[in-house]
Parts: sequence; structure tokens; C-alpha cells
Amino acid sequence: MATEILMPALSPTMEEGTLAKWLVKEGDTVNAGDIMAEIETDKATMEFEAVDEGTIGKILIQDGTEGVKVNTPIAVLLEEGESADDIDTASSAPAPEAKDDGDGDDAEAPKSAETKATAAPKSDTSPDWPEGTEMENKTVREALNAAMAEEMRRDDTVFIMGEEVAEYEGAYKITQNLLDEFGGKRVIDTPITEHGFAGIGVGASWGGLRPIVEFMTWNFAMQAIDQIINSAAKTLYMSGGQMGSPIVFRGPNGAAARVGAQHSQDYAAWYAQVPGLRVVQPYSAACAKGLLKSAIRDPNPVIFLENEILYGKSFEVPKMDDFTIPFGKAKIWRDGSDVTIVSFGIGMTYALEAAEKLAEDGIDAEVIDLRTLRPMDTDTVIKSVMKTNRCVTVEEGWPVPSIGSYISSVLMQKAFDYLDAPVINCTGKDVPMPYAANLEKLALTSTSEVIDAVRQVTYR
Amino acid sequence: MATRKSAKKPNVSADELTQYYRDMLLIRRFEEKAGQLYGMGLIGGFCHLYIGQEAVVVGLEAAAEDGDKRVTTYRDHGHMLACGMDPKGVMAELTGREGGYSRGKGGSMHMFSTEKQFYGGHGIVGANVPLGAGLAFADKYLENNRVTFTYFGDGAANQGQVYETFNMAALWDLPVIFVIENNQYAMGTSQKRSTSTPDIYTRGEAFGIPGEAVDGMDVLAVKEAGDKAVAHCRSGKGPYILEIKTYRYRGHSMSDPAKYRTREEVQKMREEKDAIEHVRELLISGGHASEEDLKAIDKEIKEVVNASADFAKESPEPATDELWTDIIADVAPQNA
Repeated sequence: MATEILMPALSPTMEEGTLAKWLVKEGDTVNAGDIMAEIETDKATMEFEAVDEGTIGKILIQDGTEGVKVNTPIAVLLEEGESADDIDTASSAPAPEAKDDGDGDDAEAPKSAETKATAAPKSDTSPDWPEGTEMENKTVREALNAAMAEEMRRDDTVFIMGEEVAEYEGAYKITQNLLDEFGGKRVIDTPITEHGFAGIGVGASWGGLRPIVEFMTWNFAMQAIDQIINSAAKTLYMSGGQMGSPIVFRGPNGAAARVGAQHSQDYAAWYAQVPGLRVVQPYSAACAKGLLKSAIRDPNPVIFLENEILYGKSFEVPKMDDFTIPFGKAKIWRDGSDVTIVSFGIGMTYALEAAEKLAEDGIDAEVIDLRTLRPMDTDTVIKSVMKTNRCVTVEEGWPVPSIGSYISSVLMQKAFDYLDAPVINCTGKDVPMPYAANLEKLALTSTSEVIDAVRQVTYR
Repeated sequence: MATRKSAKKPNVSADELTQYYRDMLLIRRFEEKAGQLYGMGLIGGFCHLYIGQEAVVVGLEAAAEDGDKRVTTYRDHGHMLACGMDPKGVMAELTGREGGYSRGKGGSMHMFSTEKQFYGGHGIVGANVPLGAGLAFADKYLENNRVTFTYFGDGAANQGQVYETFNMAALWDLPVIFVIENNQYAMGTSQKRSTSTPDIYTRGEAFGIPGEAVDGMDVLAVKEAGDKAVAHCRSGKGPYILEIKTYRYRGHSMSDPAKYRTREEVQKMREEKDAIEHVRELLISGGHASEEDLKAIDKEIKEVVNASADFAKESPEPATDELWTDIIADVAPQNA
């Protein structure tokens, strides 16, 4: 019986890819292990091997096709004795759309606040750039890369060090082309020794440099957390203001997909607790770029929490020579009057998707992206809740205690009389991250949880 | 390799020898005074005295040039005095006063002087080792021909990050001198009970880092080894390890009764190996100084130390709004 060969997932977060090149043609015989095609994922070009033997009956997706969803049939393999004529039409029909798992990949930000006119005042949803600025489409990955390259051009003392940042161009390709442009003096591959190179980075920041230390993921930075907190965050204070640590620690944070408990953890609430640190967790490409540039220029240690799933997402980024976003300024993505949804980082995908769906039912949500967790723009949240009288917070981190629980406490103290319902925190569940796909989904928060929470606080 | 000892005849001038005497004596008298103030409740928390180890920092500072950097652990008062920091500012930090180097916010273990390139005073055992290599990384990057003295103890020498740092320092030829002040006890655990190798400097061999053992009760031997290490680093050959065998006379901290060693052991070191006595004898026997001359120096040092204690008592506690300053910088501090 003819077998369909499906577009493979070649990385934990790959949802689609480019079929770069077929290395076999129709009529060729293949054995298990033969390389059949080259496929570009969001990170690299990978070779795709045959797992069965047979004859290539039909190639369904041609060389160079971009955006091929995972699990789309790309070719048909015939067993001995079958011919291409045996291929029935059903198996070569266009593949079904990749299943929408509700993870909010299509939760693009609303173009503008298309909300109903209400008595409530409109919140300021204006962008971080001047009106009329030309825009371009960039992924978060490209935005982070551009931010570092621009700052390295601007200041010779900026350098980047970390595992695989130079010759490999980044495990997640965030440092692509940097070695070529800036050379081995400024783009430095380290051995796998987080504790040691984090400390060397802090020492270098004391010696007059501006290091960017990349952690392959923030999970590995636990090996280095003493240097981050005891050496970087506290020195300005302990030295009576004589010495500080202008350093950026960055890398992907939080759950990726199916990588298990040790590789799936959101550190937002951990680092947000530490005085002396700046903590940033961007959502969009524009925020990633503007905030990373600010981080590199900041005289303090900055914890820059990225997200692997967001790396490949595209957003509009302003075309400006020097675009920065100040810390401590939340962004209102959507003006609304019925409820305030507060989130940051990947949590914004749930928040925005929920807001869209709630709008269909006539519930008008205001959506705030905190962007920086330390300093945290609680004023914007308070002001919004004074208008909507209800609040739901959204994050992937654990609940005890969380960014949401802190916001709840601030609202209770500063906006108690304005609240018409208890604040609900949508968070990751209080469990280590499971591997099984169904359990992993349950362990994270979701758009439907956010919708349920909003219905609860709005009594609708 | 035998532990480096000084040449029979001092290879330094009489003036230099006198300066070592003065510098070592300042540390000893300062530490004795700190111990006294601790007993009076004027100094709180942890206070780790350097008495017995004076020749290490004095010998190495004699090998340093202007602009070279130093970073150490929590037993740091001696390093600060040896690199020229003001005893008043150090003592006032110990008493937690406004006149202290960190305006009372750092304490005994956390003091810094960017002016003297002293990068702390660090309370986490071993953590200052990568920090020192990082300072050296910056010097190499900026091509300024400086070296960094990174001091740590025999106890810290068992921390994993020390070896992570050895690896990178050797890999990248960083101009850093790793100074292992081996005083034989990691708090209360003797080297024999905690450390697999009798000569810790030999661990550098695995990373291709040269090193040697030095008699740390002999300031001239320390100076000579320091010169060699500095020349190695400054010529671009990468890191160097000095394991300086020394001895602390007092407990680990003020609250340590030091039951893990005998009174006789301490007494024997004091009587037979004391670094200050050694230089004193050299000065007298060489005819470089008379008893009267040395007495005058003693008196002068005592006055400096008393003045620092008076300052540290009189300086007010930091203003309460200091609680909220120096947490986040608005502009980059001029670190280097």
C-alpha cells in the first residue's frame, strides 16, 4: 500500500518549514536512512531521511515551497509491485490545515482599537514610535539580532559571550552573522560553564566593558544564579554607589514544547523579586528590539527573558535609525471597558486571543503588556482597573507566588474601592512540566482559561 | 617543586624592606584594633581577621604596578590596606558608618575602591575567582597591559567555578594571577581533610597553567614570586598560579574558638615563622634600622590605627534615606 511521507517536525517548536530541496526524484528507490530532502526549520537546514524502503511514486510538494505545515503529505512512497497509477486521489489531496491547537499563533495584535463607544475614557494605545513611521515585518529573532548588531556598531565595549553564539550562530540563531561582522574578539563561544562565564561577564562589566551574556536557555542560568544575584545585582548597593554592573543576561525563558520539566520554566517571578536587577520580558518584535537596545545601554544588570515559541513570530517593527523603548512603561495593546487583562511575554498570545473572542460576545477587554517586570508599570494597570473595575492576569509561570499575585496585592491596596470582582490569576499549574503532550497543555495556561476567568469576573 | 623561599641575602633595598615592615605592621595593628572594637560591640556580624597572613598581600602589592587590579574574598582588610586604601574608611565601614568606603552599606566583607582598583571583598566562597578573571578579560580586551590579582583560600580552591575559570583563563590567555592563600584551614576543616592534593597549585597543570608554591611567611619570597607571575601575565602568556603557604593566627571569624587545632601549633608558627619578626630581624641584623627606629615606626602605626578607630566611632551612622539609594544606577558608574 502506498505510504504518505509527511512534512516532519525537526525542532521542538517547528510548526512549518521550507522544503528546500528534494534529493530524490519520482521513480527513485530509497532505503531506510537515505537522505531524501533538505528541510529548513525555524533554526537550521536539516536533512530528512527515509524511514521505510520503497519507490518514490509521487512528489506532492515541490522544491522551494515555503510554509509547509508539519504533517502535510509531501510525497508518496510505493511498495514493491505498486505503480504510481495506484495512488488514489484521496492520499494526494491537499493536506488538512495544521490543527489549530489554540496556542494562539494567530493572535496578532489588533490593528487599532475598534471598540464600541462607551462612556469610559479611551486608554492610550499609541505606539512607541512617531506617527507615520515606515514599518517593516520582522520576526522576534530578527529584531533581537538587529538590536545587538546595532548596539555593537555603536559601542566598541559591547561584546557577546555564551555557548554556541559565535561559530554556530546561536542555538536558536539569535546571533546570526554577528561573528562575521564583529569577529572573534567580540563574539565569543564559551565552554559549557554557566557559573564561570556569568562571573567572568560580571567581572568584565566592572572592568569597563558592556557584556551581553547569552544563556542557551534560562534553565541553565540556575547554575549561574549566584553570580547574577550576589555579584551583579548587589554590588552597586554594597559599594555605596561606587561600582555597578552594566551587563545583559539574555536567552529563551519559559516552556518551549515537549522538552520536559528541566527545560520548561518561567523565571519572571524569580528575578522580578531582586532589587538591583532590571527584568524585561518582551512579547512583540518591536518591543524585543527597543527594549534590548535599552538593556544594552543601561548601567544596571538586566535580565532579558525571551521565548523560543515567539522567536519565529512576525510583527511590525518601525524602520528607525535608533529605536529604543524605556523600561517601566507598559503597553496597552487594546483599549476596552469591561475588564483589564494584564500579561507579558508569551502570555500576551493568550490575552490577545481571548480578547478577540470575548469581543465577539460583546465583552470589551483592555489588554496591557507589562513588558518590564522590574520596574513594573503598576500605575497603568491601576488606571485601567479604575476604568474597567475588573482584572485578570495571565502568565505561564507558577502561581506561588507569581507576577499576578503581586499585581492582585497592588490592586487591593491601591484600587480596592474600584474592584467589582476578585482579581483572577491565570498561571501555569503548580506542577513540574510534564512531557506528555496532553498534560503539557494542561500545565500551561490557555486562551480558554483566560476567557473563563474574564466571564467569571464580569459575571457574564 | 620545593616551596619558594627568599634568597639568603635580601634582594631588595633597605628602604623597601622598611616599607614592608611598616605595611605588615599596619595590617596587624589594624586587625588587632578591629578585634578589640568587635569585642566592644562596635563591629557586628562577621569579621575575619588577617593576622598572620600579612606577608602575602604586602609581598604581592610590592610586585604590582599602578593600574593593576585586585579582588579577594571576605578576609579582605589586609588587601585593602596593602593597596593603599585609607584605614579610616576601612575601619568606619567595619563599624557601619557613613565615613566607610561603602557608606556603611557593605560591611567587613563588601568594600570596594575603584580609585585603588580594589574590586571587593566578596562573601561567597569562590565567587570572586571568575570575577577576577572577568576583570582580566576586560584588560585584555581593552589592551591596557594590566594584570589582576585574584585572591582566594585553600577552601575556595575546591569550588567548581574555580576550575571553570581556570579553563577559560587558560583558553583565552587572560592576564590573571590566581593567588591561593593557603592558610591550611577552610574555616575548621584542615586541608588534609578537605583537599585531595597537598599542593593545590598543581591542579593548574591540568589546564596548562603554570604555578608554584611560595613560603607565605617570607615577604621577600612572596615578592620574588609575584614579580615572576606579573612578568608572565604581562607578557601575554596567560594566567599564573601562586599557592602561598601561610597561616592565620586567629579563628576563622571572631566567633570561632578554633578547637580544630592545638594552641601549640599556633604558638609554634608565631614564634618560629612570624613574617613581621622575620623582616624585623633582617632590618636589625643588616644594620638597616635600630631598635629605636623600629619603635618609632611602631608608634607611628599605632597612631594611624588609633585615628582610624576614633574616626570609625565618631563617624555617624548612615542617614536613614541611604536605605533607598544605590539600588539602581541612572548613569554608568566609572568602574575602571
